[in-house]
Amino acid sequence: MGVGISVEHLNAWYGQTHTLQDINVKLPANHATALIGPSGCGKSTFVRCLNRMHETNPIARAEGVVKMGDIDIYKDAEPVQIRRRVGMVFQRPNPFPTMSIYDNVASGLKLNGFRNRKVLDETVERSLKAAALWEEVKDDLKKKSGASLSGGQQQRMCIARALAVDPEVLLMDEPASALDPVSTSKIEDLIFQLKSQYTIVIVTHNMQQAARVAENTGFFLNGKMVEFDSTHKIFTNPTDKRTEDYITGRFG
Amino acid sequence: MSANPLYTPPPVRGEGPLHAPLNMNSKWIRLNRARRHAVNHGVTFLAILSTVLVIAPLVAILVYLLYMGASSLNLAFFTKIPAPVGMPGGGMANAIVGSGIILAVASAMGIPVGIAAGVYLAEFGRGKLLAGTVRFTADVLNGVPSIVMGIAAWVVLVDRRGFSALAGSVALAIMMVPMIARTTEEMLATVPHAIREAALGLGVPKWRTVLSVSLKTASPGIITGCMLAFARVAGETAPLLFTALGNQFWSFKLNQPIAALPLQIYVYAISPYDEWHRLAWAGSLVLIVMIMVAVTLVRIYAARGVMKGAS
Repeated sequence: MGVGISVEHLNAWYGQTHTLQDINVKLPANHATALIGPSGCGKSTFVRCLNRMHETNPIARAEGVVKMGDIDIYKDAEPVQIRRRVGMVFQRPNPFPTMSIYDNVASGLKLNGFRNRKVLDETVERSLKAAALWEEVKDDLKKKSGASLSGGQQQRMCIARALAVDPEVLLMDEPASALDPVSTSKIEDLIFQLKSQYTIVIVTHNMQQAARVAENTGFFLNGKMVEFDSTHKIFTNPTDKRTEDYITGRFG
Repeated sequence: MSANPLYTPPPVRGEGPLHAPLNMNSKWIRLNRARRHAVNHGVTFLAILSTVLVIAPLVAILVYLLYMGASSLNLAFFTKIPAPVGMPGGGMANAIVGSGIILAVASAMGIPVGIAAGVYLAEFGRGKLLAGTVRFTADVLNGVPSIVMGIAAWVVLVDRRGFSALAGSVALAIMMVPMIARTTEEMLATVPHAIREAALGLGVPKWRTVLSVSLKTASPGIITGCMLAFARVAGETAPLLFTALGNQFWSFKLNQPIAALPLQIYVYAISPYDEWHRLAWAGSLVLIVMIMVAVTLVRIYAARGVMKGAS
């Protein structure tokens, strides 16, 4: 089951650049939240702060309180533990090129030292089914390299890989921006199904996509969260003038 | 305006391809076509010529070695130790085995250290002062003449303890380390950052990511780098002159002087005897073939371990 995320006074820096400025927001459990805003506004940085990937960059720094359920991820846990509970799907599909489809999906477990063959088999099948890829690849799981799939299949495999470690939260950083419309709609269907079990945060430049998949939407601008509300409210009757300008296409 | 034959002026309004049907026989189009034709063929010719220039010496050396050395190759060459001066026959069995021992020990020391240093440079030391120092030292070490390596190993290991196979291995290992470290670093740098992030995002610890993802993805290039370093030191003579010294008899001990193919070739080649000259040619042929076989075997073995179809 998913878990709610509460963010208080989150600040993040890249070197001297103050990329995120005092973010306060509550993301409800088992809902999809979309983050929109122009390029470079801090959406990706925000998402990367939620699983402590931000700090893997040597010049990056983050401060504040991010609570996942009862746990403050910056105080009570190691980054490695957090990342096992928070799956991440990146903008471009990033399969491990040296691994088969099976090994790609099982990698989260295998690389963490899990070796039980039977459980691995089950997990790979369950994850690929959840990512709507099982039927397309079940015959050459171990024969084909993960990199030999098409872009859309690779991205669904990456989603399966993230699901295989049984996370509570799924972060998606523009998961469909490098894909064609057919693959995009498959991924969106998937998000729609997955949010009954996971808390989903999805960054997108595509506002129709945000409207289609997410209950809540946050609008970022210049490192600040300008507005956070139900998707319906944001797209029909935004409170802030800047949000309205952005969603009506007057800038950005 | 100077009349530059390579310069094609932009089409005049109304005459250019976007404004009127293209007249493929207009003066400028014909001139441009001729120019492109000439440049295309010129550059292609240069590329082919360079390829030939690269391959020609290798082929020439191999053919010449076969011509000079093949006739002296017989079973005795691979099974007998050198015969005393004036005696016919004899072989280089002890030198072949000696070279094998020296190289095996050198690789066992040089490859792990080299790869570890490369991993540090690429994965852990980015932007750190120590990494910059190590990188600079490795580049300097790469440029140090091999005979200087021999003298250094002599000072450290031979001066008081005497000549030994181990000293030869150490000298060769020191030559291998900077080469392997720099190739490992460069190969790791070609691994896309997105793949590392994928592993880190799954909660895989950094050390495990480096071992199972970065190194594994870069392994074909790293293996090639190791083989290049191996092939390079396999033919080194100078560092062995001061360390392994050479030996006319069988020796399998690491703390004793040991025979090596390059040393034996050197001694035989500068000797005044025709018989020894022929053996030196045969030794050179064996050395180069052994290196080629070793490199090919590792290549085949490595290609099998890596997933096919990975782009």
